[in-house]
Amino acid sequence: MNEIPSSPNETPAPKASIRWGRILAWIALFALLVVVALVLLQRQQGPVAVGQTVPAFTLTTFDGQQIGAEEMAGKVVLLNFWASWCKPCEQEAADLESVWRYYQPRGDVLFLGLAWTDTETASLEYIEEFDITYPNGPDLGTRISQAYRTTGVPETYIIDKNGLLSYVKLSPFTSQAEIKAAIDPLLGP
Amino acid sequence: MVANLGYATLIITFLVSIYGVVAAYLGARRNSHALVDSARNAMLLTFPLLTISALAIIYLLINGHYEVQYVTEVTSNSMPLYLKITALWGGQAGSLLFWSWLMSAFASAVTLRKWDRDREFLPWVTLVSLVTLAFFLILSIFVENPFISFWHTPTGSITTAMFRPAGTSLFIPQDGNGLNPLLRHPGMIIHPPMLYLGFVAFVIPYAFAIAALVTGRTDARWIRLTRRWTIVAWVFLSLGLVLGMRWAYDVLGWGGYWGWDPVENSAFMPWLIGTAFLHSVIVQEKRGMLKQWNMVLIILTYDLVIFGTFLTRSGVLSSVHAFAQSAIGPLFFGFIGVTFITSMILVIYRWDDLKSDVEMTSWFSREALFLLNNLLFFGLFIVIFWGVIFPVLSEALGIVGQKIPSLSSIFTGQKVTVGPQWYEGIVWLPFAGLLLLMGIAPLSSWQYSTAKTIGRAMWKPSLASLLVVIGLVLVGFRSLPALLGFWLCSFVIFVTFYEFWRAAWARHHARNENLLLAFWFMIGKNRRRYGGYIIHLGMILMAIGILGIELFQEQTQGTIPQGGQIEIGQYTVKFDSLSVFDTADGRNVARAVVSVYKDGRYIGELHPRRDYYYESQQPMTIAGVRSTPEDDLYVLLVDWQPLSTSAATFKIYHNPLVWWLWFGSIVFILGSVVAAWPSKEPEMVMVSKSIPETSKA
Amino acid sequence: MRIKIILLSYLLTLVMGVTVVEIVSAQQPTPSDDQVNEIAKQLYCPVCENIPLDVCPTTACAQWRELIRQKLADGWNEQQIKDYFVLQYGDRVLGTPPPEGINWLVYLVPPIAILAGVYILFRAFRSWKRPIQSDNLQPNSSEAPQSTDPTQDEYINRLEEEVRKR
Repeated sequence: MNEIPSSPNETPAPKASIRWGRILAWIALFALLVVVALVLLQRQQGPVAVGQTVPAFTLTTFDGQQIGAEEMAGKVVLLNFWASWCKPCEQEAADLESVWRYYQPRGDVLFLGLAWTDTETASLEYIEEFDITYPNGPDLGTRISQAYRTTGVPETYIIDKNGLLSYVKLSPFTSQAEIKAAIDPLLGP
Repeated sequence: MVANLGYATLIITFLVSIYGVVAAYLGARRNSHALVDSARNAMLLTFPLLTISALAIIYLLINGHYEVQYVTEVTSNSMPLYLKITALWGGQAGSLLFWSWLMSAFASAVTLRKWDRDREFLPWVTLVSLVTLAFFLILSIFVENPFISFWHTPTGSITTAMFRPAGTSLFIPQDGNGLNPLLRHPGMIIHPPMLYLGFVAFVIPYAFAIAALVTGRTDARWIRLTRRWTIVAWVFLSLGLVLGMRWAYDVLGWGGYWGWDPVENSAFMPWLIGTAFLHSVIVQEKRGMLKQWNMVLIILTYDLVIFGTFLTRSGVLSSVHAFAQSAIGPLFFGFIGVTFITSMILVIYRWDDLKSDVEMTSWFSREALFLLNNLLFFGLFIVIFWGVIFPVLSEALGIVGQKIPSLSSIFTGQKVTVGPQWYEGIVWLPFAGLLLLMGIAPLSSWQYSTAKTIGRAMWKPSLASLLVVIGLVLVGFRSLPALLGFWLCSFVIFVTFYEFWRAAWARHHARNENLLLAFWFMIGKNRRRYGGYIIHLGMILMAIGILGIELFQEQTQGTIPQGGQIEIGQYTVKFDSLSVFDTADGRNVARAVVSVYKDGRYIGELHPRRDYYYESQQPMTIAGVRSTPEDDLYVLLVDWQPLSTSAATFKIYHNPLVWWLWFGSIVFILGSVVAAWPSKEPEMVMVSKSIPETSKA
Repeated sequence: MRIKIILLSYLLTLVMGVTVVEIVSAQQPTPSDDQVNEIAKQLYCPVCENIPLDVCPTTACAQWRELIRQKLADGWNEQQIKDYFVLQYGDRVLGTPPPEGINWLVYLVPPIAILAGVYILFRAFRSWKRPIQSDNLQPNSSEAPQSTDPTQDEYINRLEEEVRKR
């Protein structure tokens, strides 16, 4: 950058501090490059991947219920991100509800719906329209979706009984069979 | 067939570029003129080859070859011909090819100049240009291939590939998706080419800088050679930015021209550093100073240009987030990293050669003020860079909060928005400083200015501008930012006019020339300086426009029935009629007719429209605008509620002075033409014949 | 007498009814578009990036604008509405990051960077600065090292530089 010239009358003392300043500037520059590289690497990751431990969260449903790690322990959990303004979400809503009613009596499967960036009135209307009975709640502050690094709606994450992510669907389910095919292997004996 | 031809020429161009790089390198190392000339020919060959590729795409676009994926993405049957041609830069794959074509055009133009006195630069300039070209060709060939086609697989799905995969057959859609409606505006058609011209042209000074570093000719020669290129690059980049602003104003429908969006900022950053470079090289030419700094500036400009190319809208990347997740991200980051590090290593290698041996004599000398100018531009760049990168950075650093729970309240990893409020709160200060400098710097001289000499030169224009401010206060202006802004603007205008007047008058007196002729010849004698002053004037006019719209904009919105009216300030807007119809090119248009009254007097009619494009299911609002130098009345048809004659919602903006933003840009283009115009007198002073011609190449 | 009582009670009911209606409508004046826009233009669409809420054309944004209108009608003020949006949708609805945790950096780094730049410039100036008089006393050091350069090309170059400096 702006450097001292090689003038004959220049005293040597200031040179040392300028040298340190220069070294510091280079270090800062390379630190910046490294940081940017790390940032890009991290962004390349995409949503949480299969096999990883899922981020923990507590959901407060529209009914006021709290569903957290305790309620999810030892169960196969299907986590579905949706929004009332999302047209593709409507395609899978009925299927999800039917499959829920199919698995509910077993007791070891839990379906959770997360309303992403939605308004309460519109969400409740959506739930009523599709007669959804599994627990639904707003993703407050979009914290849960950010933890899962979602990129839109609808997205579904299926977590096995040990808390590991086992299935990711980044678009609407096309049939009930598809959903069941994802859940059945996780049920165990 | 045509697609294969286009792709084949891309590959051939790439191979030719690689050959050119190797030939240039070896030619320089071995001092072999044959090899260097061969590299030069390779450079020249890339242009016709890429022209064939570009024509191939244009052919496919015009003739609706929807089996090619790119054609489907950006054209459709209902688009008019001229839009189909400009769709070449409507999507990422096409615009990358377009960029490569422009790069080869400019590099070929440089290669065709006379190289007699700078023979040692030629191989390195060729090498750098070809390396840049080769990188973009790699992207076009391997990652964003515009010639990829659709294929039917046996299982019934559609896949994309360049060459037919086994067992598939060509799939030809009936129609394409059509160009994004937002891109169908004249400003958006010409904005990407202008921006790319600016980007590409900045590669040339960079190539010369690298050549200077490698060959050790670190004097001002490389700067003098690229002087015109720098101005040309600067004016295209500035024009590209202004066109983008105009497009945003006309089409995006929020009554503004700049949103501090990451995409906009990524084109603004090279402009900031490029402008700093433009000024800083003058110091090196006049006083031999700042050699190291100029190298850093041009290297930074180059890498920011590459960065900006990828974030531009025609590349369909809407933000740094989107870019970071694309396939291109790592490749381009790698290229920037490698070029930056290599260039800096070269600079460090020549560090001592670049040391300037001239000292600064005064804090108020012109070179000191130029340094201040650089500080302000560089500071702006740092601020904007930080604002662009912070959201991505803070989100990525969330991983620290995840791994170390005690720090999770600090490193939350939550997405944040760094929006206009943040930028505007900070950047006004450096901009005000730059305005002030535009007024003071012409009054200071190289080396020998003091506070006293500047003060003496300054007091007349300061007084005049103070009178302007007093006038404004008397008329009723109370806003302090506005008064400060207008004071600075009028100060610079007075100083600039004074400079013109002083020189013209002196010449008129000395040579007894007609004043106007004196004016003309005076400009001709020092085009760079006076062209520069005209550019500054243009900037001031733009500043006036910006002050008007930023500080005094008013807006209102309301739903009125037919015959109803809305009032804003002195204006009344009356809703006359609404017609809704379909057009031949696939749009549903809702067109309202409104009458505008000012202080009760009828002044005209406006036609705000809402276009809905069926194929892309996208609405677009086109404002009805009445524009005068005094103010703009900007009427939008808004569809918060369904539009009908019984109730239509209008949003009206009153934007004072924004006309000057556009007029000012015309003035700075004029100034650039003056500054870049070739001088008739020979630049060099040839020494007489007794010196043996040993070094002629 | 009975008729008077009946008439009076009718009148009273009428008056009370009108009053009630007036009170009710005074409690819920529909906020104008301008009032909604005042707040909406300071907030950003949580879904699309960097688009202010008053211009965003999506259905979701329309719902949010109506939400703002509803909250305004309920008597909420601007700060309450903004806080509600942050609670519901996260920090990114605000135009500037809330000053907590690492977000402090976004406010601190620019002034620090500019001050650092000023300081560097100041130091550079100081080390470069020579008073005007002594410039004439010292030989211009740019001449000494390069006059030993043998190639005539360099000589011509330097000559031109000096002429150009004028």
